[in-house]
Amino acid sequence: MSSDLKPSLAVWKFASCDGCQLTLLDCEDELLAVADQLEIAYFPEASSAMAAGPYDLSLVEGSITTPHDVERIQAVRRDSKFLVTIGACATSGGIQALRNFGDVEELMSIVYASPAFVSTLETSTPISDHVQVDFELRGCPIDRSQLLEVIGAYLAGRQPVIASHSVCMECKLKGNPCVMVANGTPCLGPVTHAGCGALCPTFNRGCYGCFGPAETANTDAMIAALNANGMGDDEVERLFHTFNAWSRPFRSAPVPVAPPIRKTR
Amino acid sequence: MEGLNTVGLVEVLTLDGLDDVVRVLRDQGRKVIGPIVRDGVITHDEFDSVSELPHGWTEDQDGGRYRLVPTGTDEVFGFSSPSTSWKRYLYPERTLLIRARRDNGTVEVVQPQPDAPAVAFFGIRSCDLVALGILDRVFLDREATDPTYAARRSDVFIVAAACNRPGKTCFCASMDTGPTPRSGFDLSVRELHGDGRHEFLVEAGSERGTELLATIASRRATTADLDTAQALHGRAAASMGRRMDPQDPPLAALDPDHPRWDDVANRCLACGNCTMVCPTCFCNATEDSTNLTGTEAERWRVWDSCFSIDFSHLHGGSVRSTVKSRYRQWLLHKLVTWHDQFDVSGCVGCGRCITWCPVGIDLTAEITALATPQQSAGRKGVPS
Ligand code: SF4
Ligand code: SF4
Ligand code: SF4
Repeated sequence: MSSDLKPSLAVWKFASCDGCQLTLLDCEDELLAVADQLEIAYFPEASSAMAAGPYDLSLVEGSITTPHDVERIQAVRRDSKFLVTIGACATSGGIQALRNFGDVEELMSIVYASPAFVSTLETSTPISDHVQVDFELRGCPIDRSQLLEVIGAYLAGRQPVIASHSVCMECKLKGNPCVMVANGTPCLGPVTHAGCGALCPTFNRGCYGCFGPAETANTDAMIAALNANGMGDDEVERLFHTFNAWSRPFRSAPVPVAPPIRKTR
Repeated sequence: MEGLNTVGLVEVLTLDGLDDVVRVLRDQGRKVIGPIVRDGVITHDEFDSVSELPHGWTEDQDGGRYRLVPTGTDEVFGFSSPSTSWKRYLYPERTLLIRARRDNGTVEVVQPQPDAPAVAFFGIRSCDLVALGILDRVFLDREATDPTYAARRSDVFIVAAACNRPGKTCFCASMDTGPTPRSGFDLSVRELHGDGRHEFLVEAGSERGTELLATIASRRATTADLDTAQALHGRAAASMGRRMDPQDPPLAALDPDHPRWDDVANRCLACGNCTMVCPTCFCNATEDSTNLTGTEAERWRVWDSCFSIDFSHLHGGSVRSTVKSRYRQWLLHKLVTWHDQFDVSGCVGCGRCITWCPVGIDLTAEITALATPQQSAGRKGVPS
């Protein structure tokens, strides 16, 4: 295929840690195949070449946290034929969405020496709150093979094979004994979206919910089970309020309260 | 006498004799798979000698709870159903169905030969043995035979083991599927333990079982041995923690508007653990994948569950979008419509779905409540 016929790829960053973009760079062997199939038109993290849009496929990392972001995401959408969000920040607001539960003014006064210079929104919100998203890839960070699956599916013009059921199903496909049942270890697997291959339960740890809520997550029943395993409301809240705190099913678990940020000297 | 197949040889072996059985099976080139302790549970894996079996371990199983507990004895089979069922050895979690390659405009499709290692199942319980019979009906005794299952199933050597210590979630006695294996084995072992003795009453259930047993140093079983085994069977059958009516209620008796459906839907996480651990659940999804350059494609069969949304996704969406409809599908298929489809219940009473449900939902309790007529509360205020 001659290079000007290749679909173009753009990778965008909003409020995020860059971990998901790094997952793309981490693809090593497959990265060459990706570069062979797609023209990498805009990817500041990887290259200084910044071709103008429109782009065929945009991967968007990060959440919307500033007035500037609000405008920029509209421009990204206008310039993208197919827009895929990558990671927990872009799909649910990320860890930075803990601000949504508190008072941003107060938080800024704690964190910054001169808060007057900071222009920020009261909330950190997912991309889908602002523009239409064609596919959301979950994870904090995303899984390498899932990213390649999404790109491969895009190139082949088919649906990506990305399950939206629970982590428990992956856990059982691996033959793991359940850590909740066998050890009483709190595990968010039953309400968490698959994708990690049940990484933590495979190492005898409870699931932290990195991939956000599974389809039809029954958080009320999950909270009752965590309580029955001896977890108090504070602990339950800390468990749910991490990378996907602002996703709807996790948001109100168990009660919305200010994040545990303490003033330091 | 319960479970004794008088056609075959019945012998009494020592622990060393039992180890000889394992050795002979291994010498036949078989992978011998049996119960072992790992990650705080009794599961299955390949093992070399009976010393690796869960000597002195039993488990405390209840709804959503499993803990290993020492028996304080040297019993080898002092536990009940292991955490995993045996279906994965015959019907693997993931199976490659076809592989296709595109080259210069031609597409070559290859169907891989099913990989069928020679294995022996050692210590399979009566409930799980009955479950294999059910999977046989599903995968073999139909118009289409499943090639992977058929290849893996054809030559499995089965050493069954009776349960002396059923768990709190066991109910094979009421389902008439245990605790002593009745048929479908090459050898069946009953551990004779107590009063200072530790021996194994071994019965052959096939010609190759008889041949193998004849090569092991043993003594002929006496009436006293058979009486001991029978007494152990009676004690085990009387100590099941759960029970269920094997005459599962007819579909018409299960009111679709019974308030219990909403009640269980509120508790159910739709996580799928129950179907994954069930020895008879066989549903799967077909996954197609392609490589980045579009030159290779693969089709895989992967275990799926009626608790996932995609499972009932037809054009336009899932026909079972609520957890209530998914729990209902599972319970009704398992206990009611399975009879119409396969002429047998889909439940063998192993209790795994109760133990391994993270919130301890118990089908024996659900079906009892659902079969008890109650005024429907309708959909009032309950998300379904
Ligand atoms: S360990 Fe966690 S992910 Fe695995 S089955 Fe149990 S609850 Fe589900
Ligand atoms: S019954 Fe239990 S194991 Fe099954 S899907 Fe519901 S919560 Fe999960
Ligand atoms: S339905 Fe439950 S008790 Fe019955 S066979 Fe399946 S896992 Fe065992």
